[in-house]
Amino acid sequence: MSVDDATVRKIARLARIEIHEDKVTKMANELNGILNWIEMLNEVDVNGVEPMASAVAIALPMRDDAVTDGNIQSSILKNAPKADSGFFVVPKSVE
Amino acid sequence: MTQTSVPAYTAFKTARPDQWVKSVTGDWEIIVGMEVHAQVSAKSKLFSGASAAYGGDPNSHVAMVDAGMPGMLPVINKFVVEQAVKTGLGLGAKINLWSRFDRKNYFYPDLPQGYQISQYLYPIIGEGSLEVASEDGSMIMVGIERIHLEQDAGKSIHDLDPNSTYVDLNRSGCALMEIVSKPDIRSADEAANYFKNLRALVRYLETCDGNMDEGSMRADVNVSVRRPGGELGTRCEIKNVNSTKFVGMAVNYEARRQIEILEDGGTIDQETRLFDVKTGQTRTMRSKEDAHDYRYFPDPDLLPLILDEAWVENIRANLPELPAAMKARFQSQYGLSAYDADVLVADKEFAAFYEEVAKGRDAKIANSWMTVELFGWLNKNGKELSQSPIGAAALGGLVGLITDGTINGKIAKDVFAKMIETGDEAAVIVEREGLKQTTDTGAIEASIDALMATNPEKVAEAREKPKMLGWWVGQVMKATGGKANPAIVNEILKGKLGID
Amino acid sequence: MTKLTELNLHQALSGLAAGDFTSTELTQSYLNSIEAQNASLNAYLVVTGDKALEMARASDARRAVGNAGALEGIPLGIKDLFCTKGVRTTAASKILGEFAPEYESSVTTNLWRDGAVMLGKLNLDEFAMGSSNETSAFGNVTNPWKRKGSNVALTPGGSSGGSAAAVAAHMCLGATATDTGGSIRQPAAFTGTVGIKPTYGRCSRYGIVAFASSLDQAGPIARNVKDSAIMLQSMMGHDAKDSTSLNVAVPDLVAAMAKGVKGMKIGIPKEYRVDGMPEEIENLWQQGIAWLKDAGAEIVDISLPHTKYALPAYYIVAPAEASSNLARYDGMRFGARVEGVDLTDTYEKSRATGFGEEVKRRILIGTYVLSAGYYDAYYLRAQKVRARILEDFTNAWTKCDAILTPTAPSAAFGLGEKSDDPIKMYLNDVFTVTANLAGLPAISIPAALDVDGLPLGLQIIGKALDEETVYSVASVMEQAANFSARP
Repeated sequence: MSVDDATVRKIARLARIEIHEDKVTKMANELNGILNWIEMLNEVDVNGVEPMASAVAIALPMRDDAVTDGNIQSSILKNAPKADSGFFVVPKSVE
Repeated sequence: MTQTSVPAYTAFKTARPDQWVKSVTGDWEIIVGMEVHAQVSAKSKLFSGASAAYGGDPNSHVAMVDAGMPGMLPVINKFVVEQAVKTGLGLGAKINLWSRFDRKNYFYPDLPQGYQISQYLYPIIGEGSLEVASEDGSMIMVGIERIHLEQDAGKSIHDLDPNSTYVDLNRSGCALMEIVSKPDIRSADEAANYFKNLRALVRYLETCDGNMDEGSMRADVNVSVRRPGGELGTRCEIKNVNSTKFVGMAVNYEARRQIEILEDGGTIDQETRLFDVKTGQTRTMRSKEDAHDYRYFPDPDLLPLILDEAWVENIRANLPELPAAMKARFQSQYGLSAYDADVLVADKEFAAFYEEVAKGRDAKIANSWMTVELFGWLNKNGKELSQSPIGAAALGGLVGLITDGTINGKIAKDVFAKMIETGDEAAVIVEREGLKQTTDTGAIEASIDALMATNPEKVAEAREKPKMLGWWVGQVMKATGGKANPAIVNEILKGKLGID
Repeated sequence: MTKLTELNLHQALSGLAAGDFTSTELTQSYLNSIEAQNASLNAYLVVTGDKALEMARASDARRAVGNAGALEGIPLGIKDLFCTKGVRTTAASKILGEFAPEYESSVTTNLWRDGAVMLGKLNLDEFAMGSSNETSAFGNVTNPWKRKGSNVALTPGGSSGGSAAAVAAHMCLGATATDTGGSIRQPAAFTGTVGIKPTYGRCSRYGIVAFASSLDQAGPIARNVKDSAIMLQSMMGHDAKDSTSLNVAVPDLVAAMAKGVKGMKIGIPKEYRVDGMPEEIENLWQQGIAWLKDAGAEIVDISLPHTKYALPAYYIVAPAEASSNLARYDGMRFGARVEGVDLTDTYEKSRATGFGEEVKRRILIGTYVLSAGYYDAYYLRAQKVRARILEDFTNAWTKCDAILTPTAPSAAFGLGEKSDDPIKMYLNDVFTVTANLAGLPAISIPAALDVDGLPLGLQIIGKALDEETVYSVASVMEQAANFSARP
């Protein structure tokens, strides 16, 4: 599995990171370097092995249904690049 | 919930011929599957302690978690999990004691974390089913594929400013159950009834308030068409349809649109469409410029959701009576028809109202007074049952007076009108206005004798044409001010006129 | 009286308790030390002097009324990955802009509860992604240690480079740090300090800027094992705000230090050797084995056969989680926004401008390995390899109580020496990353100087939740090594 320039552009778009055209090939090479190294995992026999998602082997703890948070509009908006009338203001996005 | 009288789900069964859409080039059948988002009736959000209440100042029902602030972590609401289990049990579905939350990654300003926490591979609820009426009155079984829990997104408001979008995160993180049906629906009516019954069910269970104006329930409707029994067509998904009526309209419009395209030799693009309530049409959503690749993976901030079997069984043991069971009971206990029972159990509130009206009274009279007279008046006046000027106890009082023969049906209509007008109880009105039915045979006989004496030609006529009896009954009722018991009048008249 | 900054943490606690000096005086001497050294070391990104003195005065007042906590009056540095209420928090990234959280991390909340004083926020690799502190958007940290007879600036390691350098240079009495693949232990080894990553779930992750959620764990960097134990004990504890926090009692780690290792079985994994590892590290390892033997431990050879697959598995799991964790840095609700022509352009410009090269590289790797068609081949396989690595340890625990290894395959290296080769840089974590994947506690203690006069560390890995054994072994090693060198 090797990453070409088109793939770099595609994943950069998925990740919403602009990559200048003159850097695409360099990034593809870097990613391929890392991915080639990672290929070594194919040597491991993983037949019948359950994937391990967490180092914690307990069930999900649950909380009671109570309103214990919120009503902190000014704190929520405090660090906003743009806010108005209690709303976050972001670039126009119409579907 | 076991249903043995109706056919079980079969993959892509063919629609009944009466459901086919007739067209010049031949018949088509409609295949529908639905994904219904039902907001769980909880005080707080799925993963935060902020209020899940509708409305509020913008960004006031928001915790740092809901705003996707750095270092904030989700902690699940146990009540929400319980409601999902309850809903699953109500649908006779498999409860998965092990389920998991995954992240669905995409960028949008009303999705603060940059991902939605959902259950992709391992949902909390597996397969179940819901019985739904078809347009010919028969019942069909719609399979439930799964129910999973997920976070709602915030709200983007595009019309407050010409150059910017305003974002309110009050909805962000509210708990949704996504109830996914199998593609078992074959007509607009079935689709609408499925949505209606599902709403009734969650309202019975009190797991979702079913309030469609507030967006508590909304359906994504997948529609495709094919030649009967033929190759499946490409489906389109109609997003966020929020009423039973609109579900039906959307299916009809979309099916016709697809058939038209296919008959013109075109092809259907798999796409997401919107239902426009003003025009009754569906239209394409401006497609996002990129193909989706949500990069699902298990949310490392959460651990597997593991349910205790005894806990689930306890929920099962405490389930309320559900619409299907209640319908069967209404038929056997009250002797109602399937149709009448269906109308009454369609809403938890209707059923409860009815049971109070019918308590110790004639069940059929109770049904007709509630569904014909009261619903008729409410409809005409644009009111809901909850806004009815006559409560269940008061209507029961009126039905009681009819049942025990105190008043007859005709007088009852006047009493009903006066109840609405004055707010007084039926018995009070009857007493005050002297509307009690006359069962005094002597008085009735006297008034018949007087009428026979003044109308000898009609007496003769009636003896030849027994149909004249109706005229006589009318005259007697008129003479007694409508208070005579019609059954007694009939009987005495027959004897005196010599009609068998 | 000796210079106050010469006292270590537990000595300072005694001095404060005895009334030899006040927290205000102690804190002021650390502020002076920072003032004198930070320009050259760049360990602190923000020095909160006024806040520190205010906290110190409040601490003195508490002590005066006999209300002293376990860390009463102790000035600490905080890795700038921990959210601190009202104090700018950057994760050493430009993308957070002037972000000042409206909340406090649970770990720092615990420290303030116990009376500690915050001196400021410490530099790190951007979003904790790095092993040399060179990926910081605010410039690298310089190791206070230099090679004998050389003025070449060295890395303090990473990602907790600021924490390690500040502790080594006596710019604080101890520092918080985080460890996702070795980010506490490798810098501790490079700076002659003690760094522990406890069992995953011991320290709450609430309020710590997430890098890779299933691996991130907080811990202290301190001057010695006892200071480390005192700090960690304060930092740990169940937190209902973190679903992966373990609801278990906090052990008495200082008490555990006195237990010794007599009769204990120490495992020596044959796989913890890499090509090009200096002979002195191998020798030091043997020396460590000898020390433990002398103290009465039994040495057993063990095998952790999947060790070499740990790093590649880590470089799938960590970037995958990071690619998702870092999606929230989008310039919409906080942090820096670079306006573009439309929404997508604004996202892309904000993130391209805000993130540094290493962070972008990892986000792209993570995005790639999770994308359609590659998930099974990369992510799922990595998780299965992760299970194999845990299984290695589970098997080892049938033979031993703790495992001794070198911490890093080299001593501190020169700044810029490895920054052009990502994989060479990644290999720094070859001995530390296994404990993250398996969720195990592991400590690095300074054991000796190499031929250039630079510190080298040895690592002790323990069973899950068995920090007590880790500290028992560490204490014995510390006494045997008698490491007293200073930069």
